[in-house]
Amino acid sequence: MTQLPEPELDDLYRELILDHYRHPRNKGSLDHATSRSEGYNPLCGDEIEIEVEMDDGVIEDVAFRGRGCSISQASGSMLTSAVKGRSRAEALRIIEAFQRMMTEPDEEPGEEIGDLEAFQGVAKFPVRVKCATLASHVLEESLEKED
Amino acid sequence: MLDVEAVRRDFPILQRQVHGKPLVYLDNAATSQKPRVVIDALVRYYESYNANIHRGLHTLAEEATDAYEGARAKVARFIKSHYGPESVVFTRNTTEGINLVANAWGRRFLQPEDEIVLSLAEHHSNFIPWQLIARERGARLRFVDIDEEGNLRLDQLESLVGPKTKMVALAHASNVLGINPIVEAAEIAHRHGALLLVDGAQSVPHMPVEVAEIGCDFLAFSGHKMCAPTGIGVLWARPELLEAMDPFLGGGSMIRRVLLEEATWNEVPHKFEAGTPNIADAIGLGAAIDYLEGLGMENVRAHEKALTAYALERLGALPGLTIYGPRNAEQRVGVVSFNYGELHPHDLSQVLDRYGVAIRAGHHCAQPLMRRLGCVATARASFYLYNTFAEIDVLVEALQETARFFAMEPAPVVSE
Repeated sequence: MTQLPEPELDDLYRELILDHYRHPRNKGSLDHATSRSEGYNPLCGDEIEIEVEMDDGVIEDVAFRGRGCSISQASGSMLTSAVKGRSRAEALRIIEAFQRMMTEPDEEPGEEIGDLEAFQGVAKFPVRVKCATLASHVLEESLEKED
Repeated sequence: MLDVEAVRRDFPILQRQVHGKPLVYLDNAATSQKPRVVIDALVRYYESYNANIHRGLHTLAEEATDAYEGARAKVARFIKSHYGPESVVFTRNTTEGINLVANAWGRRFLQPEDEIVLSLAEHHSNFIPWQLIARERGARLRFVDIDEEGNLRLDQLESLVGPKTKMVALAHASNVLGINPIVEAAEIAHRHGALLLVDGAQSVPHMPVEVAEIGCDFLAFSGHKMCAPTGIGVLWARPELLEAMDPFLGGGSMIRRVLLEEATWNEVPHKFEAGTPNIADAIGLGAAIDYLEGLGMENVRAHEKALTAYALERLGALPGLTIYGPRNAEQRVGVVSFNYGELHPHDLSQVLDRYGVAIRAGHHCAQPLMRRLGCVATARASFYLYNTFAEIDVLVEALQETARFFAMEPAPVVSE
């Protein structure tokens, strides 16, 4: 039987991802959230809730809560870290670049991707792509709710 | 006792390697592997007597009809149906069997305010059909809880079932927890004039199941979990119930006489088998039953019970590992659901795969039960007649390696 070259497990579980899984940043809730969204991945039962505090078009603070696998929780941690202090437009560009990286693994991700590049290997594990992108969809929704 | 090494040689797929490791297939509650005799039966049908059934007057059609109806007779014998083959309806799977009853029985007999009693540990296939028909008919669903060990609360069933109850629908064995006290449930249902539908998807493949002994009115199960192909299942029912129900699907084969505005129905069970059925896979199910009966279902059950007891002992000894369901292997089929510390079951399953170990991770189509257990998902190892004690050792070692991997100790050696 011919088999494709197997992606290595280390591609999925990069050190940076494991670090954010074990020590999540921005985990919790905000006292002065201006919008909040939640999302659910029925396949895994992953749950993510994101709160954003916007001030004059800038993400003053952002926090996530949830339960799920290492990939989904690490992406909540890393995405919120990536957009904190950014303008809404910048944040949406980062989210778009992240989602594009997951769906178009052959393209070189743009510079705005930053540390989130650690998730590039997840695209080699198609069933886990939804785990990685859940937080991005929730964050996107949360930003679009903002006036 | 089973000669497990001989059994293993009957299953070609068990020779397979995954990521350079021997396959350790512990996802049998999802679907079982297939023995050579079943695969051969399919090939023989397609190569030598493929034809449509019940309508041709040629040799191939007669042979195919005999084999298909022969498989029905084998099913009736396997579950000791005292009503014979007419009590056996072929379906696609357990889900279709339950949908058939919910629709064909429910539309005919359910009235507004009637009650259907389920347990909250049911598989979605024994929830959703009832939700749909209850909504359509204005009937109500009532739910029996489980106790802290994961056993069905018979005391609560006793108090929920009453004069309004028309149907009690329960799994014989849970796909997450253990075996339900189904004989007692039947007694309670019948005392109040309700019917009992049993979801046998996790019991019929793993233990001797006799419909008369259980005392159920309907029994649904799937071929693919008992060494047969996918796409073939069984709904067993008392023939007088099948007679009284309206058809589920309409079309060819299920009719007797068709006029422009109306029709009369074929005799049971054919009334419920509209269109060309899954002939090949029904014949495959017959071959699977011959295979299981040759080994003896008592022996299959004894082997799986021993495996389950060993798995409970070894998994239970891992620090931080939580096992769901009864502590005693006697109250389980070969299903052990667990969570391991904070590790998400999907991460566990992904790393275990690198050791050739296939387990299920997720909500097991039982979201209400997951909420009741206070988790979003569990890992699940499930055994069958070809599994060995050594494979459980491999599972335990792979779990320990996985814990080390996520604890950021030196990465495990996963040599390819």
